[in-house]
Amino acid sequence: MAQEYAIELKNVTKRFGEKVIANDNVSLNLRKGEILAILGENGSGKTTLMNMLSGIYFPDEGQIIVNGQEALIRSPKDAFDLKIGMIHQHFKLIEIMTAAQNIILGLKGPNHLDMKAIRASIEELTNRYGFDLEPDRKIYTMSVSQKQTVEIVKVLYRGADILILDEPTAVLTPQETEKLFDVLRNMKKAGKSIIIITHKLNEVLEISDRVSVLRKGRYIGTVDTCDATAESLTEMMVGEKVTLDIDRTEPVDVRPCLEVKGLNVKSADGTRNVLSDITFTANTGEILGIAGISGNGQKELLESIARLQEMESGEIKFYPEPGSCITLEDKKADEVLQMGIRMAFVPEDRLGMGLVASMDITDNMMLRSYNKGDNPVFTDRKTPRELAQRVVDKLEVVTPGLTTPVRRLSGGNVQKVLVGREIASGPKVLMVAYPVRGLDINSSYAIYNLLNDQKKKGSAVLCVGEDLDVLLDLCDRILVLAGGRISGIVDARTSTKEELGILMTGGKEEA
Amino acid sequence: MNVLLAFIQGAIGQGITILFGATGEIVTEKSGNLNLGIPGIMYMGGIAGLMGAFFYEKGTASPSPAMGLLVSMLTCLAASFLGGLIYSVLTVTLRANQNVVGLALTTFGTGFANFFGGSISKIAGGVGQISVASTASAYRAKIPVLSGIPFVGKILFNYGILTYLAIIISVIVTLVILRTRTGLHLVAVGESPATADAAGINVNRYKYVATLCGSMIAGLGGLYFVMDYLGGTWSNNGFGDRGWLAVALVILALWNPANAIWGALLFGALYILYIYIPGLSRANQELVKMLPYLVTIIVLVLTSKRNKPENQPPASLGLSYFREER
Repeated sequence: MAQEYAIELKNVTKRFGEKVIANDNVSLNLRKGEILAILGENGSGKTTLMNMLSGIYFPDEGQIIVNGQEALIRSPKDAFDLKIGMIHQHFKLIEIMTAAQNIILGLKGPNHLDMKAIRASIEELTNRYGFDLEPDRKIYTMSVSQKQTVEIVKVLYRGADILILDEPTAVLTPQETEKLFDVLRNMKKAGKSIIIITHKLNEVLEISDRVSVLRKGRYIGTVDTCDATAESLTEMMVGEKVTLDIDRTEPVDVRPCLEVKGLNVKSADGTRNVLSDITFTANTGEILGIAGISGNGQKELLESIARLQEMESGEIKFYPEPGSCITLEDKKADEVLQMGIRMAFVPEDRLGMGLVASMDITDNMMLRSYNKGDNPVFTDRKTPRELAQRVVDKLEVVTPGLTTPVRRLSGGNVQKVLVGREIASGPKVLMVAYPVRGLDINSSYAIYNLLNDQKKKGSAVLCVGEDLDVLLDLCDRILVLAGGRISGIVDARTSTKEELGILMTGGKEEA
Repeated sequence: MNVLLAFIQGAIGQGITILFGATGEIVTEKSGNLNLGIPGIMYMGGIAGLMGAFFYEKGTASPSPAMGLLVSMLTCLAASFLGGLIYSVLTVTLRANQNVVGLALTTFGTGFANFFGGSISKIAGGVGQISVASTASAYRAKIPVLSGIPFVGKILFNYGILTYLAIIISVIVTLVILRTRTGLHLVAVGESPATADAAGINVNRYKYVATLCGSMIAGLGGLYFVMDYLGGTWSNNGFGDRGWLAVALVILALWNPANAIWGALLFGALYILYIYIPGLSRANQELVKMLPYLVTIIVLVLTSKRNKPENQPPASLGLSYFREER
C-alpha cells in the first residue's frame, strides 16, 4: 500500500531563546490528497510550525517525515526538493517584473530566456487548475488576490505536491475567497495535499477535511471537519467555553455628530483620486463600520477627518453639542485633537503610526499630553504614568513594566496600548482602524467591549475592520468603500456578508 | 562643416569615458549597490594602466604596441577589480553604509592616482614627461581604410579600439539584463534581495560579481582617458569631474545602458559646448559647463513626475541585505 501520509510531524519542539517555546511537542499528520486546516489563535505557533516545513526554521527536537522518509529541511531549497511549497502571508514578489518572470525567478535553465515557451508552460498549468492569470502582466498593476494567484502558481510551477497557505484569505473579499477555495478543491482533486493556516472558523468548516488545533504552542487535537462545529472548535482553540456574541445594544440618543460632504482626496503623486465624493453622517451612540478591501481609501478617510491628510475639496462638520456646529476642513490636526476627535489606526506593522517603538508605555502616553501640565518648562510625567498603569491594568497588557520600550511587547499588547490610549481620553468621536488585527479571541472581545462602552457613553465610533462577520455583529451601520467611493451604506442588523462582498468589489458581481 | 565634425568627434571623445563609467555603475546599481566610489575607481584604473604601460616600455628595449596594450589593459582591470573588491567586502560582507564607503573610495582612488602619477613623473624626469608613445599608438590606432571615407568615415570609424569596446559592452550589458536568466536574477537582487533569497538566488554572489564587473568596466573609462584622450601621459586631477558625470548619467539613462550610449554623447557634447560658443566670458563658460547636471535634474523631475515603476532606481538601492533581519 502506498504511503498514507504526506507529512508526519513527531514530537516537534521549537524554542526561541530560553523562555519562549513556540512549539511544544507537536505531532500531527497530513494525509495525501486532503485539505488540513491548522487552527489556532495568534501566537499559538501555527506559522512557526509551518516555517519548519518550509525550511525557514529548523526544529530543536522531533522528527519530520515526508512521504514515509525522515527529512532534514534546512533551507527553502530543501523544502522545494521535497516538493513542499509555502505561500506566505506577505507575498515575495518583484513588483516591476511580470507574473511570468516572478514565476521562473531562481529556477535553473538555459541562460537565454525563451519567454514564449515559459508562457506556454505557465498557461498549461493555470488552465489545468482554473487559475485566472495573465503571465505578461506586471505585479504592481495587480490586485492582492491576483498577486496571491501568482504566488500559488509559482509554487506549483516548481512542482510542489504539498502546499502550505498561511492565512490566505486575510486580504480577500468573500467572492475572491470562494474563487480561491474552488482552486484549492481542484488541486485536491489532482492529488495535492494542502495545509491551510487560519483562524477563521467558518472557512475551516467550509474547505477542510480535517482540523488540527494548536493552543499556545501545544497540539490540542485533530478532528474530522464533518464532526466539528464552530463552538466545539473555539473551545479547543481557547481552552474554555467562549460566547461568541457581541453584546450589541440599540443605539440611544442618536443625533448627527460628524458630517462629511463631497470629500475628495488626491493620491500623493496627484494622478488619481483616492477618495471621490464621500458623503456620510456618523451619529452619536452608534458604531459606524467601514468595510472595504484594504487600500481602498479607508486610511485617507480617517486621516482627512483627523486633518492629517490634505483634501482636494469637501466639507467636514462636527456637532459637539446639539445645535453647535464646527467646520473641520480649515482646522489643524492638533485643534481637531483638542475637540475630542481621536483616531487609533493600527497599521499592518502595528508600530508604523501612533506609537514610537523605542519609547516606553508612559512616553507613548505622553505623545498625547506633552503640552499639558502646569510647569512651562518641564513636562508632566506623573499623569501619563498613571494613565499608562490604568491601561495596563484594565486591558491586561503583558509587559515587564511601564519602562519597557513598546517594541519589545508582543503585537497584541502593543495594540492594546494604542487603542487604550485613545479611548482613555474619553473622545467624542473615536476612529479605529483594524483594532483587533492580530489579537487573540479574548483580547479581541475586550476591544469590542471597549468600543461598545464608548457607544453607550454617546460617542460616535467609526470602526474600519477586515472581518465582515465581526463588523456585522458589532456595528449599527456599515459604510462600504470601493475604489475610493462609497458603494453603499447598509444596516448591519439586516445585511449579509454576501451583500457586503458585492459592494466591496464596487457593486458589481464579479465575472 | 569642419567645426561640426570636430564638435562631434570631441563630444564622442568626452562621452566614451563617461559611458564606461555609467555602464559600470548601472551593472553595480542593478544589484542594489550604490557605488559612489566609481570616480575613484576610474582614477585607479587610469593610473594603473598608465603605470603598466610605462614600466613595460621602460623595461623593454623595443616595446611592441600590442604588448603594451595588453599589459596596460590587465593592470587597469586588476586595479579597478581591487577597488570594487574593497567596496564589496565593506558593504556586502561587513554591511557598512554604502554612501560612506563609496565617497571614501573616491577620495582614496583620487589620492592613489595622484600619488603614483607624481611618482612615475619623477622617474620619467619631471611633470609632463611621462610618455608611453608606443602603447598609446595602439590605443589610438584608427580603423584602416574605413576611416578614410570622407565625413561618414571621419564620424564613425575614426576612433581607437576602446571607443568601440565601450559601445559593445553597453549593448551586451543591456542584452544580458533584459534577455537572460542572469539578468533577471540580477534585477531581482537589486529590487528585493529577500525575495531573491527565498527563490534560491545567491544574493551576495550576485552583488559581488556585479560590483566587481561594474568596477572593471568603469576602470576602462579611466584607461581610455589616459591612453586615448590624453595620448599616454598624466596630469594630476586632470580627470576632473567626469566620474561624477558618469554617476549622473546612470540616472539620465534610467538604469538602461542602451540609453547611456546616447546620454554619454549628449553629456560629451554639453561638456565641450563652451569651446564652440564664441565670445563666452570665463564666468559664462562655467555656467555652460553646468548643463549636463542641469539636464540630469530635469530628467529626474520628469521621470519622478511620470512615476513609472520601471524607470525608478532599483528598489533596494543603497541598502545592505541581512537575511535574519526579516
